[in-house]
Amino acid sequence: MPTKTGKQTLELRSRPSVAGYAAFVGKKEGEGPLASYFDKIFDDDTLGEATWEKAESLMQKETLNTALQKAGITPDEVDFVFAGDLLNQCIGSTFGLRDFGIPFAGLYGACSTMSLSLGLAAIFVDSGAANCTAAVTSSHFCSAERQFRYPLEYGGQRPPTSQWTVTGAGAVVVASESNGPVIQSVTFGKIVDLGITDSNNMGAAMAPAAADTIKTFFDDTQTQPSDYDLILTGDLGIVGSRLLTELLLWDGIDITGLHNDCGLLIYDLEKQDVHAGGSGCGCSAAVLCSYILSKLKEGSLNNILFCATGALMSPTSSQQGETVPGIAHLVHIMSK
Amino acid sequence: MTNKEYDKLTKKYSKKSPKAKDFILSFLIGGLICAFGQVLFEIYSQMGMRKTTASAVVAVTLIFITVILTGFRIFDKIAKHAGAGTLVPITGFANAVASPAIEFKSEGQVMGVGAKMFTIAGPVLVFGITASAIYGLILWLFRIY
Repeated sequence: MPTKTGKQTLELRSRPSVAGYAAFVGKKEGEGPLASYFDKIFDDDTLGEATWEKAESLMQKETLNTALQKAGITPDEVDFVFAGDLLNQCIGSTFGLRDFGIPFAGLYGACSTMSLSLGLAAIFVDSGAANCTAAVTSSHFCSAERQFRYPLEYGGQRPPTSQWTVTGAGAVVVASESNGPVIQSVTFGKIVDLGITDSNNMGAAMAPAAADTIKTFFDDTQTQPSDYDLILTGDLGIVGSRLLTELLLWDGIDITGLHNDCGLLIYDLEKQDVHAGGSGCGCSAAVLCSYILSKLKEGSLNNILFCATGALMSPTSSQQGETVPGIAHLVHIMSK
Repeated sequence: MTNKEYDKLTKKYSKKSPKAKDFILSFLIGGLICAFGQVLFEIYSQMGMRKTTASAVVAVTLIFITVILTGFRIFDKIAKHAGAGTLVPITGFANAVASPAIEFKSEGQVMGVGAKMFTIAGPVLVFGITASAIYGLILWLFRIY
């Protein structure tokens, strides 16, 4: 049963584990430094589909299929699937998972969706409500651009603080018994807003939420940064990562040398023209479900905090002059 | 930390746009487009067109080239470096109409292409036409007195 520790953390005493995982990415991500860890790299970002939205849905479908195959589990054996994406009304997930016949909970956590879905999937298993669950998350550069910004062919300039939405999907199958990495605890974050209004500086908007969740986790569990091998945030990029370090130092917590960010890992920032790094919920999903879980499985990482971060804005709220609130959820994962 | 303090910290860590480079590139590429327009104008004039006709045909030619380059995903790659250099001449307007027309084709001819074509260029038309009407009114008042 999940046990509440401190203010926001749930400890999962039965230690649900990752039975299978998979990550699929687009061409640009496949040219990045993590290429060898992905299950599949699509040469064509349309995936042969007529629309970008269909391409994203297909990516979710294929990713979950592969994760289930790797876990040796059939869709019938999965009790619930938690999934989300960045598109209006979560259509990436709905249409991608439509044919599986698994009870479905659609989530919107902006770019924090991977840790939100994984956290819920693990809690369902730990509580005994399910034997096996799945968490799926995706984003697609082209479907996100047309919804949040400009058409792809529009000739504009991006400021240096802007980030590049990852075309990618990640899926994790969580089971009560397996040989995979173990989910130890989950901290759900609060909505934190320090008044950033620039939607081209998402890292700055999300960093305060990440700092709040990470600090709360340390307080709740009475631990400190040096107890962990890696503190991995979702998509803070260059600007947000620096701000996170500074914000935590302000509270007396030093994560220097232990922190990394999926948005910094997925691309070669020098060569790939992505400005401040990768973003989108597919960013943390694809990095977690390839490189990170593989390192945990082989034992070169043993004890990590995965804290995906989201900017809870929409084009409407931005146009109406609202600030960009942030959210961050943390999942504590250990090797078996 | 207060919002004000955080804003200060954010500014410290946010890299600013390379303005000098942006200005030089937009001046050079924008200038090049205008010079190309002038060359076209001379050619059309040589062909025997009147001045007003030649000017209109130059604009049409630049729009045509922009739309073709937009369709082949070449225009945005140039504009990424050119900035205002491709935005200010008529090329910017042509691209702003053509790009959503291509992008939203998947939502159908009416609600996609038709409705979304002016999402970016629409405000330019609304305020451009309004401004020219006001300008015309002022000119008319001056002429009366």
